Amino acid sequence: MSASSTDPSLAHKRGEQRLVLLLLAPSLAVVGCLLIVPLCWLVWQSVRQDGAFTLAHYARFFSDAVYWTTFLQTFRIAFIVTAATVLLGYPIAYVAAGASRRWSIFILAMVILPFWTSVLVRAYAWLILLQRRGLVNSVLTDFGLIQNPLALVNNELGTVIATVHILLPFMVLPLYATMQKIPAELTMAGASLGGTPFYVFTRVFLPLSLPGVVAGMVLVFVLTLGFYITPELLGGGRTYMVSMLVSRNIEVYNEWGAASSISIVLLACVFLVFRLASLIIPFERIMGAR
Amino acid sequence: MRFSVSIPVMTAALALSVATASAEQITFVSQGGAYQEAQTKAILNPAAKLLGITINQDSAPDAWPVLKTQAATGKPIWDVIDAPTTICVRGGDQGMVEKLDFSKLPNAASMPAQYKTPYSVAYEFYSSVLAYNKKKFASKAPQTWADFWDVKAFPGTRALRNHPQATMEAALLADGVPADKLYPLDVDRAFKKLEQIKPNITVWWTSGAQSAQLLADGEIDMEMAWNGRVAAVMKEGAPVSFTFNQGLLQETSLCIVKGAPNLETAYKFVNAAMTPDIQANFPAYIDYGPGNPAAYATGKISPERTAQMPSAPENAAKQVLVSQAWWASPAGEDAIKRWAGFVQK
Repeated sequence: MSASSTDPSLAHKRGEQRLVLLLLAPSLAVVGCLLIVPLCWLVWQSVRQDGAFTLAHYARFFSDAVYWTTFLQTFRIAFIVTAATVLLGYPIAYVAAGASRRWSIFILAMVILPFWTSVLVRAYAWLILLQRRGLVNSVLTDFGLIQNPLALVNNELGTVIATVHILLPFMVLPLYATMQKIPAELTMAGASLGGTPFYVFTRVFLPLSLPGVVAGMVLVFVLTLGFYITPELLGGGRTYMVSMLVSRNIEVYNEWGAASSISIVLLACVFLVFRLASLIIPFERIMGAR
Repeated sequence: MRFSVSIPVMTAALALSVATASAEQITFVSQGGAYQEAQTKAILNPAAKLLGITINQDSAPDAWPVLKTQAATGKPIWDVIDAPTTICVRGGDQGMVEKLDFSKLPNAASMPAQYKTPYSVAYEFYSSVLAYNKKKFASKAPQTWADFWDVKAFPGTRALRNHPQATMEAALLADGVPADKLYPLDVDRAFKKLEQIKPNITVWWTSGAQSAQLLADGEIDMEMAWNGRVAAVMKEGAPVSFTFNQGLLQETSLCIVKGAPNLETAYKFVNAAMTPDIQANFPAYIDYGPGNPAAYATGKISPERTAQMPSAPENAAKQVLVSQAWWASPAGEDAIKRWAGFVQK
């Protein structure tokens, strides 16, 4: 007679494990069917052509200039967008974290509110604002500040402006979460020891808020890499991002293998970004910055 | 007499693909949206009534991948496809589309030879035309692709479609290639000419809706756009106009899937759909012209409406028919591949 079959606490534990598995089953099934299986299929497709194994789809990354320039442009846009969201998001989060409860709720609401509007709608809204006869250009022309309308949209600039707007919450929220946890006593202590506000900010507050900055940067950067609607609508046809290369390969060239290989490489890039970021702060803190 | 068939029996019958259904039927596929709705009223319903058959509809914005998948299974479920002719021809070359027996399509007999391929028959026409802002070009409007390329005589913002088909033809016409000497396209010469206008292109549009918005909002002063989209903008009252002169006439065609489950009915349907009287219904529902020019002789289409139709004989004479066979050829496919690199640089 083994001890385990009689020990009631062990039996209870096993029962509990079974219950946990049972509770997990639906979500595991969803993840398996809708994520793992398609992903494996994507990998499979990326190394097949006419029923045989091939690395031709990956070789294109080295032979086809379009692939190279597209990835380059995508990363450049991701860098610009990330930098812009830090510059815009940091002051917002700083003010929100330092403000009274009512004000901070108001500020955060202002940040999140546009988040509930469809990306498509916001892209068109920017089109109306930024185009040649749009609001921005007509105001500037009416005030005599410019003679000819500025090219604010249908190029990379328009894409960046709209992407920054869409992704700003992903920067502000982790920043706010981090800053809110920084004890006010620390900055007070810094000040009482004779530090100027600037000195206290750069030596005490800023370093403590860095985990939030990194978390926000990673989120924004990774999300930008996969943007599709915004560059498609506001890029004027010249702003080519990786997601568009994927869709073009299917729609125009009917090259599913090529499209799959691009997706896999993009996914690898995303993993790499996360890995690099996790060298600075642990992964759990990126996803649930605190 | 009424039959009641259980679902398992029906499934078995379908799986075995027993081709002896009591009422004849076909599965017809088009591109969906307002266009498919319009042709349901214009063509499909009248044809179904004429033949006493049932037409099941499916839609696929891009029929090619689905066609390929169905061909791979060896048991296609589609019978008739309405798609850009390139797809019919390429599908035919790869053994996925039926070579047509034109003796079964008497209604297509009188159609111009260039409206047919061994695998397809022209179903409806649209045109990539030169559209412009009437206010901007009040005194003198651009009328040719050479005008479009002439940024000194016609200053203003421009847009072209982010796709080489029709765009490359326009470039060659602008470069002075005679319309009847276009094909096979001189790809290098076309790209060289496009390189010349590229700095002056504000937008390379990707969707018809986008081209319409650019024109309606005055974002661009002239562009290549589909006649139906321009007509819709004009109807809204925007100061916009277009010319059929040097327009690039393109069509979608009907073709039959190889191994279609209802081959004979599919032939009957294609023939019925090409009936001049039924083809003449197109202009009542949408700005696309009938594929069979005999439709214009039925008296069903008013002279005003005829003048707006891309395939009306008078308009067709001013335009250039895009060779879908060339675009389906390896040279055409190479040109499409080269395009992405050109736009991006």
